[in-house]
Amino acid sequence: MEDKVEDLLQEELVIINMGLRGFAESLEQQEVEVVQVDWIPPAGGDQEMIDILEKLM
Amino acid sequence: MAIGFVIRKNQYYDSVFLMGVNKRLSQNKGVLQTAVLMASEKNKQLLADIGIYGDQIVTAKPNDLIVAVIAETPQVVDTVLGGLDQALLALEEKVLVSLLHTLNDGLAKKPHANLAVLTIPGEYVFREARKALDAGLSLFIFSSNVPVEEERKLKELAAEKKLLVMGPDCGTSILGGVGIGFSNIINRGAFGVIGPSGTGLQEFTCQIHNAGFGISHAIGTGSHDLSDEIGGITSFQALDALEADPQTKVIAIIAKPPGRKTLERLIARFKLCGKPVVSCFLGARMDSFEGGEALTWTTTIDDAVLAAIQHVGEKPTAIRIELTHQERELASKSRADWAPEQRFLRGLFAGGTFCYQSQQILGEAGIVVHSNAPLDPHYKLADPDRSSEHTLIDMGDETYTLGRPHPMIDGTTRRQRIMSESRDPSVAVLLLDFILGFNASMDPVGELYDAILEAKQMVRQQGGELTIVASICGTKEDPQELDLQERLLREAGVIVFQSNAKAALFCCQLLKHV
Amino acid sequence: MDIKQKIEKANEEAVRRLTSGDPVLVDVAPAGEVIPGLENKMITHSGPPIEWGRMCGAQQGAIIGMVIYEGWAEGPEEARAKLEKGEIRLEPNHHHHAVGPMAGTISPSAPVWVVENRAFGNRAFCRQVEGRQQFGEFSKDALDGLRLWRDIWAPTLREALQKMGGLELNPIIIQALQMGDELHNRHSASSSLFANRMAIAISEADVLKERALPTLQYLAGHNLLFLGLAMACGKAITDPVMDIEYSTIVTAMARNGTDFGIRVSGLGDEWFTAPAPVVDGLFLPGYSADDAGFDMGDSAIAETVGWGAFTIGGAPGILTLVGGTPEEALEYTREMRKITSATHPTYRMPALGFAGTSVGIDIRKVVQTNVSPIIDTAIAHKDPGYPIIGAGLVRAPIECFKQALIAFSQKYNT
Repeated sequence: MEDKVEDLLQEELVIINMGLRGFAESLEQQEVEVVQVDWIPPAGGDQEMIDILEKLM
Repeated sequence: MAIGFVIRKNQYYDSVFLMGVNKRLSQNKGVLQTAVLMASEKNKQLLADIGIYGDQIVTAKPNDLIVAVIAETPQVVDTVLGGLDQALLALEEKVLVSLLHTLNDGLAKKPHANLAVLTIPGEYVFREARKALDAGLSLFIFSSNVPVEEERKLKELAAEKKLLVMGPDCGTSILGGVGIGFSNIINRGAFGVIGPSGTGLQEFTCQIHNAGFGISHAIGTGSHDLSDEIGGITSFQALDALEADPQTKVIAIIAKPPGRKTLERLIARFKLCGKPVVSCFLGARMDSFEGGEALTWTTTIDDAVLAAIQHVGEKPTAIRIELTHQERELASKSRADWAPEQRFLRGLFAGGTFCYQSQQILGEAGIVVHSNAPLDPHYKLADPDRSSEHTLIDMGDETYTLGRPHPMIDGTTRRQRIMSESRDPSVAVLLLDFILGFNASMDPVGELYDAILEAKQMVRQQGGELTIVASICGTKEDPQELDLQERLLREAGVIVFQSNAKAALFCCQLLKHV
Repeated sequence: MDIKQKIEKANEEAVRRLTSGDPVLVDVAPAGEVIPGLENKMITHSGPPIEWGRMCGAQQGAIIGMVIYEGWAEGPEEARAKLEKGEIRLEPNHHHHAVGPMAGTISPSAPVWVVENRAFGNRAFCRQVEGRQQFGEFSKDALDGLRLWRDIWAPTLREALQKMGGLELNPIIIQALQMGDELHNRHSASSSLFANRMAIAISEADVLKERALPTLQYLAGHNLLFLGLAMACGKAITDPVMDIEYSTIVTAMARNGTDFGIRVSGLGDEWFTAPAPVVDGLFLPGYSADDAGFDMGDSAIAETVGWGAFTIGGAPGILTLVGGTPEEALEYTREMRKITSATHPTYRMPALGFAGTSVGIDIRKVVQTNVSPIIDTAIAHKDPGYPIIGAGLVRAPIECFKQALIAFSQKYNT
């Protein structure tokens, strides 16, 4: 298998930032390709629902 | 010249809206004329007047939309009519509400992403991180409070997939020049560094930068990685990667002492490493290790920086930071202004590693220090809010950050503590740290400036003098403007160092004869 | 294809059907003539199925009114006795391709709007909107309103419609959305546009002046006239969306004042219910929150197709009715994008830069984001015998969506 850790150090980073918007903003300032995900607790934290959603979306 | 039109049955639009669409369509290159209108009798006549007609237009009803194009070539006609849906949407307002809430939402936008950065509550980290790994992404996990069992599972899975998990509780990484989380703007260069502590990495990378060198990669591992429960999975992966990385010439590792078993394995690995390795295990006793030729042991970040730089220089010499003659003079002068009852040091830190390193340096100088995060459990404060004799407080500890912003982001808690410490007549010295860089407060000195002035004023009114010593961790390139921050401190009468170790050494000198 | 892909594909189809509806008003006819399965001695009502004993006061009052109106009883006591003995069958409108506002009651002799979805050939029905009997009032005055509708207004409209050969409703809907209607509680524009069209048709149909004039007066004076039509459109648009295997798109939201129920495309005609919530609203003089019944009516079919509170950001005029600020209204509308699958290509809101309305409520998104569909609605009294008492906003209970999600995962065996 190719070593993706070594690749990670050579490639351009493309980042999914989940949570603090500031982290995404600082990456944007560095002209890094980043998408901000405003993460929220899935299903308001309802575990049974989270398990079902995992399979359906 | 070419003519074409489409009819959309039963798609009624307001005429003002359609004028906007018409304008956008007419701006296409090669377009001579466009008409976007509802098929009323009057409008059909209009179309006929410009030479557009057909059976479909005759039978079109007032509720049908007609879009007609006259252009230089048939290709242009096709292009314009083909882009009609887009033109009809073009007025859509910029979406103000984020509609991306899940990793999958993010992946849909960036299918080629290679790294996920997680700052979500610890209890949700495992599930989201596992999904990211399954999708082939490496991880930077800032979140803390992730059970160690979950951390190990994630790291094992990542290792299997040859992916990297930086964290949980990872504050800083710099990968290929990109700072993630709390990081400074650092030149690129030959030094690769690995470490569990964010501020430790920030201090190392800033000092390398300020010495005129650069960093290839700084890889944060998360604060538990070198424990025996985790066994340094990320650290070993990072070592492998830096060893293979063509840009990296010297590898440094900055950490508190690892677990015993992990340390043994690390030493074995260091010995096999094809590149020089500098290790800095804060708070550890130097004589407890034995290294090979290419391995240099240090116990302060400054020494690690010196050792690393010497590896690319001519010839290694002894490495140990020292105070200059002028600094020693300054210490004696400062001490002379203290009132007789002023005897003690109080350190208030935003960076946990700085609290730790300072304790180590003071301890080596034979000064007994109390702390809420002590090097020696024997000196743990009963109440973190009540200092005792010489005390160093990690203001980033959970006690102070539960439901409140971290002191690196907001100076409120430190400001309050500066005031309460300066009311204690036995206090002679305040030791502070200021951390610049991405995501830190945009004006860390400014936030404490008034408190510093007031504290000094208060002690002076009591007939003494409060000596305030500070270190700044940052580079001139950082958004906070290092020079400005430093000048503000000096204007406030603060003695400033660009290294926490030096600031701590200076405190040793201050307290030497007390 | 794995299940996620199957769902995506099914939902694409659901959205295609939802956004290609082409509703045409084809008739105004006595319910018994046109509604399939509506038999004699039967009354249909709003919301999911419910037996007489569990019905709320307003719905019971409205049904008592219908029994008297049909002549099946002389007065309320006799009507109540018959209902208690089960002599009159009660079934949900939704089981008969029909919808009705508030208590939603439809009985055989009562004329209903008949809307055909020309894109799919199906028909749906809705009763007329008024402010008294459908809220539970059964006084002679309240029932006289139903009689005028049956004897004068509805037959006149029917004649005119037959003469004009039906009326396409999308043009009215599209224009009204751009004129500040949200098509649930604000129908000022749509009702006027509709009245204009019908006025010409009535003239052309040579209706006798003694019927034409009161009908024109009825059309001109009824601000919520179009609600009944909009609801029939909603039902006509959503019925073809039912029963798409693997689709997680909601095909109905309906309340009977006791239960709130939803249906989901991939789960056929099954209802998923939770207790009807309290409406957060404003009250007419003389009434307060203490008098209010729980959420009621099939009118949430409007939100099911993306109107009503989903579009409230484009209808600032409604705010005087439901309270709140224009900014809040925009937020509600934007928020609904989180739980829907698409925006409508032709139903657009100028206030939001001509953005399309949000359509295709996805139960997965509702549960995932914990954001429930918002509905703007009228409020009925908790006891029988009262007219409208207020209006406000209400969220669909998230429980319905969770139950549906559980049933979905069981049915599709994941």
